[in-house]
Parts: sequence; C-alpha cells; structure tokens
Amino acid sequence: MADIKVANGQVWVHDQEEALDFWTNKVGWEVRADITMPELGDFRWLTVGAPGQDEFSLALMAIPGPPVMDEDTKNQVEDLMSKGFAGTVFLTTDNVQGAYEELKSRGVEFTEAPAERPYGVDSEFRDPSGNAYRLGKPTV
Amino acid sequence: MAFAPPARHLLRAKDLADARYSEPIEVYDMAGAAGLSKAHFSREFRRTFGESPHHYLLTRRLERAAALLRMTDWTVGEICVSVGLQSVGSFTTSFKRTFEQTPTDYRASQPPAALAARVPSCVLRTFMRPQTARFRKTADASGASLTSTHSSNGRRQ
Repeated sequence: MADIKVANGQVWVHDQEEALDFWTNKVGWEVRADITMPELGDFRWLTVGAPGQDEFSLALMAIPGPPVMDEDTKNQVEDLMSKGFAGTVFLTTDNVQGAYEELKSRGVEFTEAPAERPYGVDSEFRDPSGNAYRLGKPTV
Repeated sequence: MAFAPPARHLLRAKDLADARYSEPIEVYDMAGAAGLSKAHFSREFRRTFGESPHHYLLTRRLERAAALLRMTDWTVGEICVSVGLQSVGSFTTSFKRTFEQTPTDYRASQPPAALAARVPSCVLRTFMRPQTARFRKTADASGASLTSTHSSNGRRQ
C-alpha cells in the first residue's frame, strides 16, 4: 500500500494576526510559514506547527471574499464557525492537566476541563475564531 | 560504567529554553528553573550537555531565526524580536558567527520563501483567478448566453 500521511490541516480564522498570536504566544506552537503574496491579492499563507513535529502544520486561512468565495458561501462558513460546527482538530499531549493549566493561565478559553473518558483523558478549547480543539491523551 | 541520565532539574532548564526562547529569557531564568545559582548551573549544564546554557539558548534562537528567514517574509528586525532577542545588531553578529552570513545574505542564498513554504497548488489556483472578471448575460436570437466583458489584463476572452 502507498505510504500516505497527513501533512497539513486547515482552519478558517477571522483574523490571521489574532490567530498567529494565539498559536504562538498562548499555545506555544511555532510559525512554519508566513508569506504574503501581492500577486495573489495579498493572499497570506500562514502555517503553524508543534515544536518537534515538523511533518505536520496547520494552515490558518483567512476567509476570502468574492470572487474566490462568493458572498453566500462566505456567510455560510462564518455562520458555521459562529455555531461551532466548522470542524474540530484533535491534539494530544502527555500531560493534559498540565497543558490545561498552562494554556488557561495564558487566557485560552476551555469549554471542557480535562476529564477521564472511557478512551482516556480529554478536554476542549477554542481559538479566537471559535474553532474547537480537543486536547487529550488516549489510553491506548 | 552504568548509564547516568541527565539530572531532571537540568532537563527542566533545557526544556524552558526550548519552549520559551521567543521570550526574553536569559541563563538566569534557566538557572531558576533548575533551582541552582547561575554559576553552579552553568557548570552543571556544560558538564551534562557539553555546551554552555548561553550557547544552547542562543543556538535555539538562531535555528528558529534561520527557519523564519527561509519560510517567511518577515523583516530581520521582526524575526530578531520573535526569537526573544532585543538587539538587531547583536542578532546579526551572532547569526553571522554561526552561519557565516548575515541574516539578509542568508535569506538571499535560499530559495524564495514563497517556494519553500510550499503553498498548495489548489490555493494558488483559487487565488490566482482574475479578480476583476465580469460576466453578463446577453440575449441573442438563439437564446441567452454568457459573454465576458473584460478580464484583469484587459483582454476580451
């Protein structure tokens, strides 16, 4: 079988500067790429990743307007984000409780404190755009 | 001779440098994380890891700075601050001593960041569509059809 792995994921964000500050200064991730392209209407390719996990990065994409994305679709995306249904990224760490306390002290908004689940310890936080991130440690 | 793992308190100081290099921390802060005086800590750190804590912290910052020079379009000053250093002059000196090039020359010697960042073709395809294309419906004898009026480069299509 072909050896296929995840390389990048993408989330929509309302404000890339705000998202950059959140991921680097509150979560502790690193900037992987940050390029603004005038020839693409100042499109900004901004990615962040966990230190030590070079093979994966998360693209923080501004929601484009027309003609890249028509107004109705843009509104639908923003609507889904505001309702918390724009998707979830699942993160893991060895010490969920420790990470929870550290991130919370930096102002990260947790919707679920770490709790024991049948599959391990799990918690959830949101980014400034309302996207959800599970932070847990499966037992298996 | 049995293997002796690095003392946990020294590892804690090393972890601090790895995690918080972007903040203006110094060897004093690393010593604090290890719970040792600065002088004693520096000796212990060097004995355990083979380099001074100052060198470890600085090279961690320079490694990140080099990555940011390759992968972003940030200015040298922005990169200097983002890796926890305050003086662009000192940063440039340290960078040149380590990489044998100034930050600006290092960036110029690398592939353009737009290439290194590997912006996916799907993104380029989407965002490179002409931004000013206009279409209007026109009616002719055989029925409605779509006719372009102009494109971003002014040519009819």
